Amino acid sequence: MRLEQRTHTPYAVAIAAPVCAVAFTLLLCAALIVWAGAPVGRAYIVLFDGAFGSRFAIGETLTRATPLILTGLAAAVAFRARFYNIGAEGQLYLGALAAVAIGGGGFAAPSVVLFPLMIAAGMAAGAMWLLVPALAKSRLGVDEVVTTLLLNFVALLFVSMMLDGPMKDPTAMGWPQSVAIVSDLEFGKLLERSRVHSGLIFAVVLAVALWVVNARTTFGYEMRAVGANARAARFAGIAVDRVMLKTALLSGALAGLAGVGEVAGRAGYLTLDMSPGYGYSGIVIAMLASLNPLGVVLAAIFVAGVIVGADSMSRVIGVPSYLADVIVAISLLSMLVATMLTRYKLRWS
Amino acid sequence: MTIAHEAPDGATGPQAPVLRLRGITKHFGALVANDDVSLELERGEVLGLLGENGAGKSTLVSVLFGHYVADAGSIEVFEQPLPPGQPKAALAAGIGMVHQHFTLADNLSVLDNILIGTETLWQPFSRRRGAREKLARTATQFGLAVDPDARVADLSVGERQRVEILKALYRGARILILDEPTAVLTPQESQALFSTLRTLVADGLSILFISHKLDEVLAACRRVAVLRQGRLVAVREAASTSKAELAELMVGRRVEAAQRDNAGPSVAAGPLLAVVNLAAGAKLKRAQFSVARGEIFGIAGVSGNGQAELADVLCGLLAPVRGEIRVDGRTLAGTPHAFIEAGFGRVPEDRAAVGVIGDLSIWENAVAERYRDRAFSHLGWLDRTQAKVRAARIVAQFDVRCSGLDAPARSMSGGNVQKLILGRALISEPSVIVANQPTWGLDIGAVSYVHSQLLAARSRGAAIVLLSEDLDELFAIADRIAVMFHGTLSEARTCWSVGDIGLAMAGAEAAQA
Repeated sequence: MRLEQRTHTPYAVAIAAPVCAVAFTLLLCAALIVWAGAPVGRAYIVLFDGAFGSRFAIGETLTRATPLILTGLAAAVAFRARFYNIGAEGQLYLGALAAVAIGGGGFAAPSVVLFPLMIAAGMAAGAMWLLVPALAKSRLGVDEVVTTLLLNFVALLFVSMMLDGPMKDPTAMGWPQSVAIVSDLEFGKLLERSRVHSGLIFAVVLAVALWVVNARTTFGYEMRAVGANARAARFAGIAVDRVMLKTALLSGALAGLAGVGEVAGRAGYLTLDMSPGYGYSGIVIAMLASLNPLGVVLAAIFVAGVIVGADSMSRVIGVPSYLADVIVAISLLSMLVATMLTRYKLRWS
Repeated sequence: MTIAHEAPDGATGPQAPVLRLRGITKHFGALVANDDVSLELERGEVLGLLGENGAGKSTLVSVLFGHYVADAGSIEVFEQPLPPGQPKAALAAGIGMVHQHFTLADNLSVLDNILIGTETLWQPFSRRRGAREKLARTATQFGLAVDPDARVADLSVGERQRVEILKALYRGARILILDEPTAVLTPQESQALFSTLRTLVADGLSILFISHKLDEVLAACRRVAVLRQGRLVAVREAASTSKAELAELMVGRRVEAAQRDNAGPSVAAGPLLAVVNLAAGAKLKRAQFSVARGEIFGIAGVSGNGQAELADVLCGLLAPVRGEIRVDGRTLAGTPHAFIEAGFGRVPEDRAAVGVIGDLSIWENAVAERYRDRAFSHLGWLDRTQAKVRAARIVAQFDVRCSGLDAPARSMSGGNVQKLILGRALISEPSVIVANQPTWGLDIGAVSYVHSQLLAARSRGAAIVLLSEDLDELFAIADRIAVMFHGTLSEARTCWSVGDIGLAMAGAEAAQA
């Protein structure tokens, strides 16, 4: 069996690839469901039903998808320029912390002023957290995977310190949590009797905007050029370091915005267990979407649906909800293989 | 028993060839890399394998060496069939390969390098004494004297090549394959190699000599096999063919060499580009020269003597440690962008890795140096229409063959990539052109195209710096040539003999100075 590079990828193959990847994943996971002693067909029906089967289910899935779209975009943007930002989790928490600092009732200003300020502060906090790794990479050649990953722990400990100290809610009966965002500054609800908030609109609009930036602007051109071949980009006169820095800041800002959305759209106040690893899931989502911003939206909804559906599957027929993690992991692996097969052809010899 | 390579006809009777390729065919997707190639290598001969890049030479050798399995055809070595796809079997059958890029460990001695891979893993001590004696025997037998204890890093390129040949002989090779063996040698070293080859064949070895340089093939080989587009188009006796005939067989049509017009450089106007007392990186120690409008200034030298650093400085990629670059009297420094803005057209050495961004489309590559110009962008938006118009102009004017402007740059052949890079640099009529190895690895047709474009730029009044390892190229189109050795650039001369320039490339002039 050998791989041969395709001269071009037919459209049919490009579309079939993700479909086949998902089908293959479900097939593999069927074995696990059988092992857990549940009927496969029913399990998948319950899973799908729990994710998309009702207004409530759709609402939950979209609520979950909102931060995932943003962290997915954060990873997709950075990875496209070969800046491997693994620190979206920390940037998300810092964004949330900044949102609370502005929107927690400490400032007496009209919400028309405070609302954009809150969003800007969250994005700036996420971006600033990436400034040091980005500069260290461009000036000193320090590997950003290591720095951004480790800074996650620093960020979480810092947030923990703030939540146990200066930013602790005095009325929370000793729990380490922040004060609540004042209700004027909360994101509006999109669906009655659900938790879907206007952060979803932000996320989708940003995904479209990023797709346009990528394809139509000089900055998008620079990001793609630097990511595809930094040496050649430098030779052609592109200021590689500056593009890298701008990309990093954009990525951090998107992750910070995810944090703002979670605290001002869903939770209302900040706790240390607000994110079940949205920052890390963003990396998976970006890879699932082949770093395409529009694909990120679909991949985020898919992952959110699997998580929400698996919860309902565990309630109804007792298959452990860990299956969600397995499905996401296997779908990533199959997607990577499928992506490779869009570029190469298998030949049997 | 020895057989002279000019074996008299019929005197020794018909002898079976040592290597016989029968109907070798190899496809890569739609590409036919080898199409029914049948070839025989006789005992005691040097057989030249001539062909342009992409003609299928490397594929054929890879099949022979077991790296690829042929779709059809068979190989016999010393009348025994060679099992396909097994490099070890090829080695055991007595085939030795000397690669163009040496596979030696710089930090080890000659003896260690030769021993690597010949001893089993399980033996606690290496049997160096026996190996040393065997090496000495092999070296005297074939007249390849090398100090076994010298560190490879301290050897000259010619000596390293000798070590590579020794390595193959030590392992008992009776058939040697030399892949572009002269690419890294000075003319004198090449002559020494040819005399070594004559000793080897006189001892009964057989040699397959792969090259795309016609002169060398004619000088070194008894017979020449020509490959074109994967097919064996002719086998000629070297004594009864000519350079022109071989060139035509190789390309498939007559090739006109680019001609320099008689107008000399306009020296009267003073130099346009002046490089003063320049040092950069670890390797470039001192370079000083000036180039007039309408002049091609050639820089010769064996690879690795500081040319890469000089080219990087002249492209704006590397900041000099000392010295400066003046254009029209103004000092120029800074980024590649600043150099482009100052009117530099640049052709990098590594066209695939530095010249283009393979994953981006052809039109995006065509405007890579100019995308920020007002013509191609407005307030941060890329004007795709104008960019494609520019790309189409380059493609048309510079005869770039591609499947469309939206195709990725990596889908083009090397020659077309080079035309795109050249077109991108030349379309805005730069006043200074820096071309580093612009014809390396290109086929003859593309080479003469690149030369004619550089000469056209010269006629237009551009000052051109041409860095090249190919002396024929420099002699053909450069007005003056200077030689780079150990990071120092010699005085430029308008007229060199091949002998003198070879000595300068080996550092003789530096030694006198």
